[in-house]
Amino acid sequence: MGSWDYQKDISGCGLSGLINKKGERVSGELIARSIATQHDRGNGLGGGFAAYGIYPEFKDHYALHVMCDDRRALADTETFLKDSVYVTHEERIPTRPNRKIINVPILKRYFVKPRAETEGTTFDKGLSEDDFMVQVVMRVNMDIAGAFVFSSGKNMGAFKGVGYPEDIADFYRLDEYSGYLWTAHNRFPTNTPGWWGGAHPFTILDWSIVHNGEISSYGINKRYLEMFGYHCTLLTDTEVVAYLLDLLVRKNGLPIDVACLALAPPFWQEIDRMDEGRQRLCRAIRMVYGSALLNGPFAILFAHNGGLVGLNDRIKLRPLVAATKNDTVYMASEESAIREICPDPDRVWAPKAGEPVIAELENRDGGCYGD
Amino acid sequence: MEIDARGVHYRELNRMIREAVAEGERRFVLKNVNGQRYIADGIGEKVKIDVYGTPGQDMAAFMKGPEIIVHGNAQDGVGNTMDDGTVAVEGMAGDIVGYGMRGGSIYVLGDVGYRVGIHMKAYRDKTPVIVVGGKAGDFLGEYMAGGVIILLGMFGEDRNGNPPAGHFLGTGMHGGAIFVRKGVDEHRLGRGLKSVEVSPDDMETIKPYLREFARTFGLGLKEILGERFYKIVPETHRPYGNMYAY
Repeated sequence: MGSWDYQKDISGCGLSGLINKKGERVSGELIARSIATQHDRGNGLGGGFAAYGIYPEFKDHYALHVMCDDRRALADTETFLKDSVYVTHEERIPTRPNRKIINVPILKRYFVKPRAETEGTTFDKGLSEDDFMVQVVMRVNMDIAGAFVFSSGKNMGAFKGVGYPEDIADFYRLDEYSGYLWTAHNRFPTNTPGWWGGAHPFTILDWSIVHNGEISSYGINKRYLEMFGYHCTLLTDTEVVAYLLDLLVRKNGLPIDVACLALAPPFWQEIDRMDEGRQRLCRAIRMVYGSALLNGPFAILFAHNGGLVGLNDRIKLRPLVAATKNDTVYMASEESAIREICPDPDRVWAPKAGEPVIAELENRDGGCYGD
Repeated sequence: MEIDARGVHYRELNRMIREAVAEGERRFVLKNVNGQRYIADGIGEKVKIDVYGTPGQDMAAFMKGPEIIVHGNAQDGVGNTMDDGTVAVEGMAGDIVGYGMRGGSIYVLGDVGYRVGIHMKAYRDKTPVIVVGGKAGDFLGEYMAGGVIILLGMFGEDRNGNPPAGHFLGTGMHGGAIFVRKGVDEHRLGRGLKSVEVSPDDMETIKPYLREFARTFGLGLKEILGERFYKIVPETHRPYGNMYAY
């Protein structure tokens, strides 16, 4: 038990993330150390990580991470996958025994490509590869009892479960991976159960999201997403953010900063004081994407193959600190989580409410970035 | 007493400090602090604590006497419900500095986060004081009932001419006063508040705090006093009496 014990702590979730903008990869040991500094923000009911650039040998394949309650769920999942995708490689997700990580589901990963021909299947015709994979994920999560795809991007992966994040990192052997972008989450579940699927990050394709707070607009967001074929199955508010980003950025083509305007728009009274061009943009975004607005307190880190973004709700009801050192950008709930792995940052600041911190990979074609 | 806090959990760190205080120790130097919560919480003795590193949430909460100097940045909740003593932060501080503070002083050289001074209150001879050298986030002095907040906007990270305070300044405030060097636009104020030029009496009230702030961080008082100050106070003694009546 070390120096921790089980007395009551006042807590909120904890976040940490880092990106090397040059695409240089670092071991998962680093992010695990950072999030462990915020141990007391969680309560052991959820920990998780997203890692980018970890599967260069399969960088053109979608990496499906799957958790199954039992052999039957696994068999049903594999039958479905065999019919819908080409599986180039499959294996158990490597783990090491950790006595604090218990009730572990079956954890497997599949490196896949969509089937070229969907004729004679129940999939929609003429889907892009990404859209096809979104449908694959939705079908497993909705239709196969006890099976969930918890990661589905290229050259990235989510690793999560019930436990403190430092134990989850040990369990998944994250010290053996190296990535140019990592996010981490320490969960303190409030309104929804602490279960393996409910740990953060939440993902779809290469989008991953870790979140501290509560999304009180969940109902509106969920119904809005359902119109576009996204189905929330993981019993937790945060799931909507991953799908909203996929919809706004990948499907509708909004730049990241404009998508952030939709998620955390300025108040009308602020818009009234903007210059005319900015006013028109903000009014249009608020009108078109009113149902994508995230209400309630939040600090989120979302990542994709091209970068890392930190965003707060419009009145900053959850903490977020950012820092830079050379080519690396750090973001975390508490400054101490950054200082733990970067004792002497070039710059430290607290991002303003609703103003995203956007850190992008400088050369998306080079380095270890996929495509 | 010097304590190397590297890797020491907050419970252990605070137990060491409290035990030493009980045994008569009055001078502490904490090295390699990183994220440990609740440092010096509830301590009533007149001890002096130098903190090197980044102390964690709720430092100096319920504190009633000590003098703390943070040689770096502080996180959220500094001086939560603090009763007496002094906190000086040489860097920046996070959200809700001085939450429900009822006495003592907090000096932050750099910027502070959101909701600083929320629910501050004064009582008889007790006047809590927060002086911020940099800029503040939204909701500075939210629901403020008493005490003094002074915002200089001079020494933080952002020196680009942006306003010193965010939006919703003093929302729900019904007592005390917020002093802003060079003032802020009216639209940043919460409802029911007014911004007025300071009187000579007001300046006599805040000068001792500014002098102490300047002395603490080795700054020149003259430069700080080189601009006009504005005072933000409730328009009436009962500014929200009709807010929900219609």
